[in-house]
Amino acid sequence: MSEHIHGYLAAFDSPADIMHAAERVRDAGFQRWDVHTPFPVHGMDSAMGLRRSRVQRFTLLGGITGFTTGMLMIWFMNGIDYPLMVGGKPMFSPMFAFPVSYELTILFSAFGTLGGMALLNCLPMHYHPVMKAVHWPRATDDRFFVAIDADDPQFDLIRTRAFLREIGGKDIAALET
Amino acid sequence: MSSHAPTELPPHAQAVLAEVAPAHLPRQELIGHHRGFAWITDKVCSIVEAETPTWWWVAFSVVCLVASFTVVGLVYLVTTGVGVWDHANPINWAWDIVNFVFWIGIGHAGTLISAILCLFRQKWRTSINRAAEAMTIFAVCCAGLFPLFHVGRVWWAWWLFPLPNANAIWPQFRSPLLWDVFAVSTYATVSTLFWYMGMIPDLATLRDRAKSKAKQFFYGLFALGWRGSNRHWQNYEMAYLLLAALSTPLVLSVHTIVSFDFAVSLVPGWHTTIFPPYFVAGAIFSGFGMVLTLMLPLRAIYKLDDLITQYHIDCMCKITLATGSIVGYAYAIEFFIAWYGANPYEGFAFINRAFGPYAWAYWIMISCNVITPQLFWFSRVRKNTTLVWVLSIFVNVGMWFERFVIIVTSLARDYLPSSWGYYSPSVVELFTFFGTFGVFSVLFLLFLRFLPLMAMAEIKAISPQADPHAGHDHDNSAAHH
Repeated sequence: MSEHIHGYLAAFDSPADIMHAAERVRDAGFQRWDVHTPFPVHGMDSAMGLRRSRVQRFTLLGGITGFTTGMLMIWFMNGIDYPLMVGGKPMFSPMFAFPVSYELTILFSAFGTLGGMALLNCLPMHYHPVMKAVHWPRATDDRFFVAIDADDPQFDLIRTRAFLREIGGKDIAALET
Repeated sequence: MSSHAPTELPPHAQAVLAEVAPAHLPRQELIGHHRGFAWITDKVCSIVEAETPTWWWVAFSVVCLVASFTVVGLVYLVTTGVGVWDHANPINWAWDIVNFVFWIGIGHAGTLISAILCLFRQKWRTSINRAAEAMTIFAVCCAGLFPLFHVGRVWWAWWLFPLPNANAIWPQFRSPLLWDVFAVSTYATVSTLFWYMGMIPDLATLRDRAKSKAKQFFYGLFALGWRGSNRHWQNYEMAYLLLAALSTPLVLSVHTIVSFDFAVSLVPGWHTTIFPPYFVAGAIFSGFGMVLTLMLPLRAIYKLDDLITQYHIDCMCKITLATGSIVGYAYAIEFFIAWYGANPYEGFAFINRAFGPYAWAYWIMISCNVITPQLFWFSRVRKNTTLVWVLSIFVNVGMWFERFVIIVTSLARDYLPSSWGYYSPSVVELFTFFGTFGVFSVLFLLFLRFLPLMAMAEIKAISPQADPHAGHDHDNSAAHH
């Protein structure tokens, strides 16, 4: 039954409505569902029962890589491979290597952060079934959507639709795969 | 949240509150006329979607012409030699480095608005951060040109980077000039990443509204398939916060390292420990000057008064005032330390700045940077948009002269009186610098035409109706009246 569609998309008109709807979907025990909003709605993460984001792990990884790269690079280049005496200063010292390593820490952390965000969100993903819905364009404008996937264990063609209507969903549409 | 408090208080506390009747001080409205989400989307998208206005074509042609001065100036320099800039011993750093520091400083306000004000949860930043970040990136482009061509043989500029080359030599990392290469290139890269990431949701909005195939393709391509999923927003917001937290130490370090170019040398007038904080404050001061210079005309042209309200202008003026006062204080402290430090060379350098051959530049700097911002104490000045715009130009001029004074006066009166000189720019230098305003404006006008000028998603998120408890609050305040 449910193989033919990707899921249901229901529209809501205000941040308050979508919050309450998300709480209801969460409490009903759905696993594979999502909320689409034109801006991040404050408090939605707990309304959906999401765990804390893990982007910061990528940032930390990037930062450690950047700092180590900076220090090792300068130590190798100025201390080992091409030692050059300048003003009687040491061939290598973490002091003069610090500013460049500091910048590289930030550079690599920034790439780690953006890359981590993209990786965790599976972006870029230029096609997704929700975008085909008739009412979709307003999801990036002023409307709020709940999408329940057909591969959720609780999904049922008739009951899920009724449930979405019950929690206040409007313009409920079946999504093509 | 605070508006919830009264109902949650115990009865006796409520009684006290009722008796005291504290004045209700509403927060400043950040969006005029209670505009809704759809209005914000339409307003910002219409700038990009509307027919290209005539003024845009006129402005674009003019600034292309201006930009050609830089192109011609640089081509002439490359084909003839770096001598076409009137640099001569002892003044080997002059307009090029002045212009470099000037442009890079302008960029700093963009990062301050997008990163530092984000960490401080200043909601008013959302209306101006996108344009200010664009300004940052374009200003860094202009800044980068000068040291790049000042190396003389620009085709060897890549030796600045730690890339293997035929001579089997590596850059010398003990030099602050090399630190600067890393600081500025990191700054340009991270600012671009931050700018782009902030734009993804808005590019998705443009994609979903786009009518033509080309627009759907390009906005769609760069929107990465963003679909406003809350599971995505969660990671996105975390990433945004982290990038803000990374950009904050970055922006402070960039101008610190720029100031090291001077402070680590032994030239009187440069060799001072006050330079890093003083340069950072000056950079933000000049950057806010430029933000005001750009945003006030845009506000008038596109009728953005509901998004850039008087409150926004007040905030920008106040930051200009604060940083301008820090700059003024730094000028005073420099003089004091030059006297208190009892170093005759240092003392001479400062007397020479104020009363020597470049005194005219020094007093332009003082009047623009110390006196001008003080006018922002008065709300009547801040409410006069035209006057604010004129004053913002003074700030830009003053900050350019600050760098001129620091760099040129110190070098023109070095330790050896026999090598003293007086520097004035050649026509090539003049035109090259003049042209960078064109380069900057070309980039900015293109940005205006093709990318969302304001962070729509962020503005919506701070609007009162975005609060899911908004209805609840309304009930409360209604009960109070």
